[in-house]
Amino acid sequence: MSTFVIVYFAFLIGASCLAAYMDRRSVFMPLFSLTLVSFVVGIVGGTSGLWFIAIAAGLLALAAGTSYAFREFLVAILPTNAAKELKTAPLTAAFGLFVMFTYAIAGFFAPWIAPHGETEVIASAFAPADENMLLGADQLGRDMFSRIVYGTRNSVGLALLATSAAFLLGASAGLYAAVRGGWMDQFLGRAADVIMSIPSLIFALLMLAIFGPKIIVIIIAVAIIFSPRVFRLVRSVAGNVVVMDYIEAAKLRGEKRGYLIRKEILPNSTAPLIAEFGLEFCFVFLLVAGLSFLGLGIQPPAADWGSMVRENATLISFGDITPLIPAAAIALLTVAVNFVVDWMLFRSSGLKE
Amino acid sequence: MSATGKKKQVLLDIEGLKIEGFTGEEWVPIIKGVDLKLHRGEVMGLIGESGAGKSTIGAAAMGYARDGTRISGGSIDFDGMELTTATESERRALRGARIAYVAQSAAASFNPAHKIIDQHTEAPLHYRIQKRMEAQEDAMELYERLRLPNPKEIGFRYPHQVSGGQLQRAMTAMAMSCRPDLIIFDEPTTALDVTTQIEVLAAIRDIVDQFDTAAIYITHDLAVVAQMADTIKVLLKGEEVEQASTEKMLSDPQEDYTKSLWAVRSFKRPQKSRPKDATALVSVQNVDAAYTGGEKVLEDVSFDIYEGMTVAVVGESGSGKSTTARCITGLLPPMSGQVLFKGEPLPPSYHDRTKDQLRQAQMIYQMADTALNPKVRISEIIGRPAQFYSGLKGAELKSRVDELLDLIELEPSQYYDRYPPELSGGQKQRIGIARALAAEPSFIICDEVTSALDQLVAEGILKLLDRLQKELGLAYMFITHDLATVRSIADEVVVMQNGKVVEQGPKEEMFTPPHHPYTDLLLSSVPEMDPNWLTTLLEERGVDNVGESADV
Repeated sequence: MSTFVIVYFAFLIGASCLAAYMDRRSVFMPLFSLTLVSFVVGIVGGTSGLWFIAIAAGLLALAAGTSYAFREFLVAILPTNAAKELKTAPLTAAFGLFVMFTYAIAGFFAPWIAPHGETEVIASAFAPADENMLLGADQLGRDMFSRIVYGTRNSVGLALLATSAAFLLGASAGLYAAVRGGWMDQFLGRAADVIMSIPSLIFALLMLAIFGPKIIVIIIAVAIIFSPRVFRLVRSVAGNVVVMDYIEAAKLRGEKRGYLIRKEILPNSTAPLIAEFGLEFCFVFLLVAGLSFLGLGIQPPAADWGSMVRENATLISFGDITPLIPAAAIALLTVAVNFVVDWMLFRSSGLKE
Repeated sequence: MSATGKKKQVLLDIEGLKIEGFTGEEWVPIIKGVDLKLHRGEVMGLIGESGAGKSTIGAAAMGYARDGTRISGGSIDFDGMELTTATESERRALRGARIAYVAQSAAASFNPAHKIIDQHTEAPLHYRIQKRMEAQEDAMELYERLRLPNPKEIGFRYPHQVSGGQLQRAMTAMAMSCRPDLIIFDEPTTALDVTTQIEVLAAIRDIVDQFDTAAIYITHDLAVVAQMADTIKVLLKGEEVEQASTEKMLSDPQEDYTKSLWAVRSFKRPQKSRPKDATALVSVQNVDAAYTGGEKVLEDVSFDIYEGMTVAVVGESGSGKSTTARCITGLLPPMSGQVLFKGEPLPPSYHDRTKDQLRQAQMIYQMADTALNPKVRISEIIGRPAQFYSGLKGAELKSRVDELLDLIELEPSQYYDRYPPELSGGQKQRIGIARALAAEPSFIICDEVTSALDQLVAEGILKLLDRLQKELGLAYMFITHDLATVRSIADEVVVMQNGKVVEQGPKEEMFTPPHHPYTDLLLSSVPEMDPNWLTTLLEERGVDNVGESADV
C-alpha cells in the first residue's frame, strides 16, 4: 500500500461524507461514484490504474473549474443583457468559449508565442522533446510546438474565411429567394439541389486538380460546396418571417427589397444563422484538414494541422504520440465549437422551459 | 340553468389557491389566493381580461400547472380528493375520465392525422369504460345530441374535413365521452363567427343540462357567459373581484370594476352622412378577384368611402372582407373592375403605385404581434414612414415621432427606445396606429383591429380612432365581424357574404328592419346581455333551425 493510495481514498471518502453531511446531492453523487470506480480499478489495475483515474478526474475537475471561472469572468465584464444570457449557459458552453478564446489568442499572437520560426530547422529529424522543444521536432527537424501555434493561424483562418464565403453566398441567395419568390425561388432552389447532389470531397478534389492547390481555390470550392446548406436554412427561416404582417406593411410602404432584407428579415433570423455558422465551421474545418492530409490543402512549408498529421504519420509505428497532437488540436476545436453551438441551438429553439 | 334552486353536493372546492409563474429569474404570483366552490351540475362562468388568470385557474381545477408555473399554496379538493398533494398518476387517472377540458381552438387541439371518432374513443378505451364498438355508438349518439349533421358518418372524417363550429362541437362530445363530473370550457367560442357561435353555445348548454355535468366556463365575453352560467365570478389580475348568481350579477353588480366591464359597450357616436356633391375618396367598382388558380373570392364588389367617414365591412370569416382590403391596397390585383382614389383609378398592383398613392392608404392589422417587427425599436417603427415619405431626419424626425406618440396617448420618453415585445396588446395596437398615421394618410383600413383585444382595451382603441378621425379628417374602412363595434363607430355598413355585397347603406337604416335575410341572421346572432336571450332566440328560430339548416 503506497501512501498515494491511502491519501487518495481518504480524500475521496472524506469529501463524499462531507458532501453527504452538507446535503449537497449534486456534489456527493459524482464524488462517491468516483470512489467506487477507483476502488474497482484499484483492484484490477493496481497503483498505476489508480494514477490514471486520479489524473483523468483531476483534468476533468480542472476543465470544469476553468470553465466556471471563465463564465463568471465573462458575466462580470459583459454588458447586462449578454451577461444575463451567459449566466444560464451550461459549463460545456463555457468550456467551448474558453477553448475558442485560447485558439484565438494563439492565432493572433503566433509570432510572439512560438519560440521558433514556422519553417526554421533547429534540430535533427524526429528529435525527442527537450528543454528547448516542448513537443520535440518533426520530420525535418522543425519545432513541433511552434508549428502547431502557427498552424492555428493557417488552418483556423482558412476555415473561417471559407465558412464566411459560404455564408455570404448561401445567405444572400436564400434571403433573395425568400423575398423574391416565384420562379427565382424555384431556380435557386434547384441550383442548390444540383450542387448538393455532387459528393463534396470529390468536387473539392476536382476543383483543386483543375486549378491547382491555391488558397483562393480552396476557399471558393468550399464556399460552393457548403452554400446550398446555408441557402436552405436561410430560405426556410426567412420564409417564416416574410409572411408576417410587418413585412406586408413595409412592402405597402413601397420599401425596396434591400431594406426588407436588411432591416426587417435579417434581425429576426440571426439566432439560427449564428448557430448554423458554428456547425458549418466544424464541417469546413474537417474538410480542409482532410484536403491537407491528402496533400491538396495548404502547401508546405506553411504549417497546417492536417498536413502535419500526414507528415509525421510514420512516427505512429514507433509508438510516439507526436502526430496525434495536431489531430487532437483539430478534435478539441471541433468539440468546443459544437458545445457552444449546442447551447445556442438550445436557446434559439425555445426549449428553455 | 335550473340548478340554482336545489341544494347540491360540492364537487370542486378550491381554497386560497396561489399560483406562481417563473419570469426572468424569480417566481411572480399569478393567482393570489382565489376561492372557488362548484356544486354538482352547476355551471360557473369565469370572466376577466386576458392575464386575469382565468385559464390558469381552469387548469388548476384539474390539478395541473402549466410549464413555468407552480401551485404554491391553497388546496384543490375534487370530490374528496386533494389534488395539490395527489401523485401525478392519481391526477392523470382523473383527467379525461372525471374531469374533461375543451380548448379554445379545436382545430389546433385535434390531431390532424387521426379520424375524429378514433380520438373520441381514445379515453373510454384507455379507461376500459367501453369497448370500441360501444364507444363508437355512444359517440354517434352524442354527435346527434349535439346536432352535428350526419352523426353516423361525421366521426369517420378527419379534422380538416369539418368546419370550425362542427369541430368545436365534436370536441365537446369528446369531453363527454366518459361522462365526466366536471368539464372545463376554455373560451370555446372565441375563435368562431357569431352565427356559428350560437350553434355551439346551444349545443354545449343542452348537453351540460342533459347529463347534469358541472362546468367551468371561461370567457371574456359577458353576453356569452350570461347565457351559459348559473353563477359568475369576475377576476382581475389573479384576484377575485366578486361572485354572484348570473341574474344578480347582471342586474346589480357591486364592484366598480364589474360595473366598468358592464358599461363597456356604451361608447357611441352620432352617425355622419355623406358630404354633398363630393367625389368619393375611395371607390371600389365592380371588383372581381381570385387567388392564383382558385375560385373567385370576390364577385362584383362595389362601395364608396367618403372623406371623414367610417365604413364598416361586416360578414363571417371567408366572406371576402379582408380580400377586398387586399384589392384596395394592391396586394391582390383584381381580375376585373377598378379602385378609384379621389376619382382617379389606382394602378391594380402596389408595385406600380407612386409613393404618394401608397402614402394615402394605410393599414392597421388585427394581430399587433405580427404587425410590428419585434427586433426594431418603437422609434424606428414609427419614424420609418415619416422618414420614407417626408424625408425627415435627425431632430425633425425625433420631434415628429414624439408628436405621434403623444397623439396615440403614450408617453414619448418612456416608449421611444423600447421594443414591441415589451408592450401590452393594447399598446402594440396603438403603435400600429401611430405607424399608419406617420405616413399622413387620408384613408386607413382597420382589419379587425379590436378583435384580439380585451373589451376595455378595445374601447380605448375605438375612442382613439374616433378622436383621430375628428382631428385629422381620416376616412376608415373598418373590417370586423363584431356588430357591437359596428354599432358604436360606423357611419355606413357594407354586409358581405360569399364574396358578394348583400346589403349596404347608412348605419341607422341597416340596423332597423326590414333587413336582408343574411343581415337579419347576423344581427340576431349577436349575444345580448339578457340571460334568456339564447332561449328566446332558439324558440324563435325553432331548435331544428339552429346549425347547418339555419342557412338562408
